[in-house]
Amino acid sequence: MSQAFKSQALLQLEKLTKNYGALRVTDDVTFTVAPGELHAVIGPNGAGKTTLIHQISGHARPDSGRIVFDGHDITSLPMATRARRGLVRSFQITSILPRFSALENVALAAQARDGSSFRFFGDATGEQALNDTAMTLLARFGLAARAHVPAGHMSHGEKRQLEIAIALAAKPKLLLLDEPLAGTSHDESRRLIGILQELRKELPIILIEHDMDAVFALADRVSVLVYGRIIACGTPQDIRDNADVRAAYLGEEEAA
Amino acid sequence: MPDPASLDAAARAAPPRTRRVLILPMLIFACFALMPSATLFGPQSYVLAIVTRIMILALGAMSLDLLIGYGAMISFGHAAFVGLGAYSTAILASHGITDGFSQLAAVIVTAIIFALFTGAISLRTKGVYFIMITLAFGQMLFFLTTSLAAYGGDDGLTLAARSTFFGMAILKNDLAMYYIAFGILLGAYVLLRAVVASRFGRVLRGIRENPVRMEAIGFPPYRYQLTAYVIAGVIAGVSGFLLANQAEFVSPAYTTWQRSGELIFVLVLGGLGSLHGAILGAAAFTLLADILSHYTENWAMIFGPILILVVLFARGGINGLFGGKP
Amino acid sequence: MTLTLALIQVLNGLQFGLILFLIAAGLTLVFGVMDFINLAHGVQYMVGAYLVAAFTAMTGGFFTGLALALPAALVFGLVLELLIFRHLYQRDHLDQVLATFGIIIFLNQAVKYIWGAAPLNVPIPDALSGAVEITDGLLYPVWRLVIIAAGLLVGLALYIVVNRTKLGMLVRAGASNAPMVSALGVNIRLLFTIVFGVGAMLAGFAGAMVAPILSVEPGMGDNVLILAFVVIVIGGIGSIRGAFIAALLIGLVDTLGRFFAPTLLRTLLDPSAASQTGRAIAPMLIYILMAAVLFFRPSGLFPAKK
Repeated sequence: MSQAFKSQALLQLEKLTKNYGALRVTDDVTFTVAPGELHAVIGPNGAGKTTLIHQISGHARPDSGRIVFDGHDITSLPMATRARRGLVRSFQITSILPRFSALENVALAAQARDGSSFRFFGDATGEQALNDTAMTLLARFGLAARAHVPAGHMSHGEKRQLEIAIALAAKPKLLLLDEPLAGTSHDESRRLIGILQELRKELPIILIEHDMDAVFALADRVSVLVYGRIIACGTPQDIRDNADVRAAYLGEEEAA
Repeated sequence: MPDPASLDAAARAAPPRTRRVLILPMLIFACFALMPSATLFGPQSYVLAIVTRIMILALGAMSLDLLIGYGAMISFGHAAFVGLGAYSTAILASHGITDGFSQLAAVIVTAIIFALFTGAISLRTKGVYFIMITLAFGQMLFFLTTSLAAYGGDDGLTLAARSTFFGMAILKNDLAMYYIAFGILLGAYVLLRAVVASRFGRVLRGIRENPVRMEAIGFPPYRYQLTAYVIAGVIAGVSGFLLANQAEFVSPAYTTWQRSGELIFVLVLGGLGSLHGAILGAAAFTLLADILSHYTENWAMIFGPILILVVLFARGGINGLFGGKP
Repeated sequence: MTLTLALIQVLNGLQFGLILFLIAAGLTLVFGVMDFINLAHGVQYMVGAYLVAAFTAMTGGFFTGLALALPAALVFGLVLELLIFRHLYQRDHLDQVLATFGIIIFLNQAVKYIWGAAPLNVPIPDALSGAVEITDGLLYPVWRLVIIAAGLLVGLALYIVVNRTKLGMLVRAGASNAPMVSALGVNIRLLFTIVFGVGAMLAGFAGAMVAPILSVEPGMGDNVLILAFVVIVIGGIGSIRGAFIAALLIGLVDTLGRFFAPTLLRTLLDPSAASQTGRAIAPMLIYILMAAVLFFRPSGLFPAKK
């Protein structure tokens, strides 16, 4: 790993370890994300990728190790506080507000970063600024026409896009995307990859994905997680050529 | 997981910017406003008393709607707040303090303290644990009231005198009592409507839908839920103030878990998550109990199955039958 | 306050705890395996008491009455399951709480309708009435010892079944992960019915056993129900062992608390204040205990599921 990356790292994981009983799901993970980079995390199923995201976002606590974000030690901060500081995630299993419209889902995320929500008067759904922000984001994902549809009624692909739109509305400084392409059709994933291509120029992203085409098209660096350990980290090309990776990952696929 | 029916209803709802005319609630309040004049030719005091009781019950249930209907916090100890308000009023009255404003101030302060204390602890739990802990706190208040020998203990306490406002015994007049209860109910309704539509209300509803998601965008659920818990507790406390005045009697029975269960029953019967459903439920519950009790002393044997049937087949309550959505 | 008196209270606490265990065992399994909050479990206890009262009066003998009451209580429970509970398994907890609350309302009135509001009397069987001298000067009612013995035997039997038999293994698996058990091909419906039926009988048995020494009256199940829920919350949902330990703990804390609280407080306050405060605090002790346990172990002491 280049020293340049390390010194200006936006996110730094230091020796993160987590056990579920006898099972070590995160094994001494040290990992950095530099400002402006899209850092992909790949690995076979069960490698602990989602658990890693849970620890970065604050959904789970590591047993030992440190997480430093934007110069601050956030290891003991709760998820909501990390989100307000700009560490925002999307979920692998779609996690939206089903009875709220798509617009309200996004507007609510925008509301989270727009001053106090301890306002007991005034119609929230009529707040122009929030709605405009939300509409713009929805339009970016091609969902403008579906703005008033209850999110629970949307198609799976639309929901995956909404997931990311919601995360974006929360003004992230670092976006954590957990398998955004999971379960999307070929066309939908093409479209999402296009959006991610634009996004990566705007903000740093940690991307967990199985879709190798997407990973190699988008990532600046790739880390490979196997049984909770990072066995390799480098440019996509480095990873493609790495013998250990091929053995661990592709060996797995050949056996499957 | 919301069922397809409620998603359908949400889809059919008008786009956000259109202001929905709330016909049903307006009708309800108009009815209550005009009720006394309709009884000019009948047994006025009896009808006044029963409708006043309906409004007081509705106030308590409506405050619970904020918690259960909009916040998914199933409190099985909400009657404790009603009892707290009633006892604060009666205890002050027994010491000669009958000024309504002072009593209300005491009611509000004790409700806030009790809500902050019990809510802070209860909200660290969820699911059945939350139900149990709220129930436990309700029970603790029940035992406390039974042990207050100086204030009647088990037997309860008669109200020394109805509350006075500006030195005048306004509430002595049953019609005045009726309209003051009406005014408070209307005020609470307008307040809760605003709260539910506000930024705060939207966050609360979001936490109901998906608490993890809300945390992930930066809303820590705890503080919003605790605030809602306090608001609901205060309103229920005020209903206790009215109850003490109307019944001119307070008893530990006001705080039992069975009473808390009744509040939930009333709410679900009328329609959860609609605010005015509480009023419909209170009316149906009280009138049905009153009518049935004239025919048989075993009216509870009919009520039990009614509750079961409502839960099984008419989950949206009376409001649901009118096409209202949860 | 003598040692004898204290020992009597300990025995009373044990007896109370074991009765709570009999009720809580069924409750924790039903909640653990079927994720079903059954507020009507308390009326199951009440129905057991009423049935034994009725059958004993009819046949003239307690044990005959008991032998008839237990299957009747089982049938009653299964009828409730068939008519109402079955429709609630997929519903959320609020619906379950409300519907079973409706059952309580109905049944409390129904027993009043059938047997009247006055408490029924069930005589202790002659052979087991009276008191026995356990140690020097310590006379203790035989029937209460019978209850303790019965409670311990049932506890042992449950332990053996749950930990040493295939059925018990399925129940434990179901309490830990019911969908998985079903996916493995086990007839989950039958398992549910067995769990439910056994629980109902245990509660009915508890009610029958206390009938001779407590008032058999409408609403007798209500407060016991709340205590049983406190037991399973403290013990951990889905765990028989947890229910056993928590039940004994609560039985002892409640009984000894009521007895000793005024005495202990007399060291701080004057006698009348101590007695009043003691009587106020004593019933709250178990709730304070529950709050404390939940504070440190939010899922109880021995939860079946984390």
